[in-house]
Amino acid sequence: MTFSPELEARFEKFLAKYPADRKRSAVIPMLIYGQDEVGAITDELINEVAKRTGATPLQVTEVVGFYSMLHRKPQGKYHVQVCTNISCLLVGGAELWEQACKKTGLGHKETSKDGLISLEEVECMGACSWAPAVQVNYDFYHDVTPEQLDKLIDGLAAGKKPEQIAEVTKVSC
Amino acid sequence: MLYNQPNPLEVKVLSRRFTLPNSQSIETYLANDGYKALEKALGMTQDQIIDEVKASGLRGRGGAGFPTGLKWSFVPRQSPKPKYIVVNADESEPGTCKDRLLIEYDPHQLIEGVIIAGQAVGAEQGYIYIRGEYRYLIDVMDRAIDEAYARGVLGDNVMGSGRKFHLASHSGAGAYECGEESALLESFEGKRGNPRIRPPFPAVAGCYQSPTILNNVETFCAVPAIFLNGGAYFAGLGSPKNGGTRLFCLSGHVNKPGVYELPMGFNLMRMINEVGGGVRGGKKLKAVIPGGSSCPVLKADECDIAMDYDSVAAAKSMLGSGGVVVMDEDTCMVNAALRIMKFYAHESCGWCIPCREGTTWLKKLLTRFHEGMGQRSDIVLIGDLSKNMLGRTFCPLGDAAAMPTIAFVEKFKDEFEAHLDGKPCPYEKSNRMVAA
Ligand SMILES: Cc1cc2nc3c(=O)[nH]c(=O)nc-3n(C[C@H](O)[C@H](O)[C@H](O)COP(=O)(O)O)c2cc1C
Ligand code: FES
Repeated sequence: MTFSPELEARFEKFLAKYPADRKRSAVIPMLIYGQDEVGAITDELINEVAKRTGATPLQVTEVVGFYSMLHRKPQGKYHVQVCTNISCLLVGGAELWEQACKKTGLGHKETSKDGLISLEEVECMGACSWAPAVQVNYDFYHDVTPEQLDKLIDGLAAGKKPEQIAEVTKVSC
Repeated sequence: MLYNQPNPLEVKVLSRRFTLPNSQSIETYLANDGYKALEKALGMTQDQIIDEVKASGLRGRGGAGFPTGLKWSFVPRQSPKPKYIVVNADESEPGTCKDRLLIEYDPHQLIEGVIIAGQAVGAEQGYIYIRGEYRYLIDVMDRAIDEAYARGVLGDNVMGSGRKFHLASHSGAGAYECGEESALLESFEGKRGNPRIRPPFPAVAGCYQSPTILNNVETFCAVPAIFLNGGAYFAGLGSPKNGGTRLFCLSGHVNKPGVYELPMGFNLMRMINEVGGGVRGGKKLKAVIPGGSSCPVLKADECDIAMDYDSVAAAKSMLGSGGVVVMDEDTCMVNAALRIMKFYAHESCGWCIPCREGTTWLKKLLTRFHEGMGQRSDIVLIGDLSKNMLGRTFCPLGDAAAMPTIAFVEKFKDEFEAHLDGKPCPYEKSNRMVAA
């Protein structure tokens, strides 16, 4: 399996972080960064990670099922995650989630036909004091209103990049 | 950019550099006391370092509040095995968002605290386990680590001392359970995040079964201030046996939610009113979760307490992770209990039966209740089921799910009763719930 030179460099760095007889520690970092490039955790990716870390493919496969961010099927290009946990719930997280479903016509863990947008109701993402919060891929959006969410989804559906959507601002650097 | 306006009541120790331009950079850090504490620590013996931390009264900021100096002293320094320092940056207790700021605005403070911990026990390697959702913080951390290597702060000759210390970030991939220390270590080794039976505790058999100091981000971030100004200074900032300041994350129905650094022992009502600007919309306070979703809820009339580990424990709750969740008079407590239980049912790792089955059954019972199909006997059943989980699970996740639930049904029994006999949720309008 071939990866981009950037990912290869990253994998090399990961493998160098751990003691020589502990390469299995790199399994989860390699899976999540690998998934970002490949689009999903494929059998090929599992085999490759297993080969490079000295784990068995079965050991890697059982890890994949445990972690909520690892997925065997591709998600949308923009994975919209709405937190409805307690701090967000108190200030409109549930309404925001309903709005996201209504706006996209998608449900929990569903992806649009064109593969552009997928939706997930998620647990606390560490933005409780700036709730309700949304993450698109790895970018955070804080204090999100239903109107802003609409604009965000409209923008994404129109093919814009998140940073080109003026009505909402990413807060992560 | 700071997410919330600082408050004049804050005592800024860990967050004092947050507002400086380029606060992430090593230049800013060095120009503002950076790595001076490490310099001091490098001239101290291991016992002296541990004694200083003990004198500071620092207690773990991850949830349980265990005295940090004591924890460090449990590491068998004579062991021939390598020692490790592991940072818990998995921050995923609902209501908690402080470690994120500590890394985002001052990553070098964390690095310095970790290297000092390394000196305390003779460790030469540290790892920072960062939750996968905090991807941008992994980049922040990696840049800071690179800078520290370039300046000779990390590496084979830490600040010219001849000692080694290496540090690397490590990404998680989404699992609350991996915040639990033994599950974190399993996950770190590339496995499913199931907890280990304890004892042995990580101090004795942690990372790669070697002696390990494992602390929360904020705990390590407090260490440089302790060595810069002395343990006694840090202890004096807080209340007896509760040294220092803490980053409190105010969320929910307050006018000014945000992360505020306040002395340990700060009064909770003052925190809500004078720091948080009072309850939103002039409404009345109903309840507060004082330390993240695992902590038993306090009724409004129980909130006139000092926010330190012992005072909150005396009020039969916990200071926990510093997540202060404020709920106004229109909040449905059945709904709140249900949402929290949905979280625990989702996050239970499934390793032990009381937790896996208990959280799922509680979720079902609470869902039925909130939908108006509960029976009077369910109120007792919810309490009994929760109590049967306490202390019977492999790791404290089961307790974390049971404790708040017991408090919700005991303290707000009237609200549970108001949902009986097919009655719609009395708070339906102000607080809706999505389908499970
Ligand atoms: C289910 C569960 C989740 C936890 N999550 C976290 C977490 O996200 N961050 C954290 O620092 N500690 C968390 N803890 C506490 C850790 O097990 C551990 O006590 C802590 O990291 C020790 O550091 P401290 O002494 O500095 O608090 C969690 C505990 C449990 C039982
Ligand atoms: S509860 Fe939504 S980010 Fe913490």
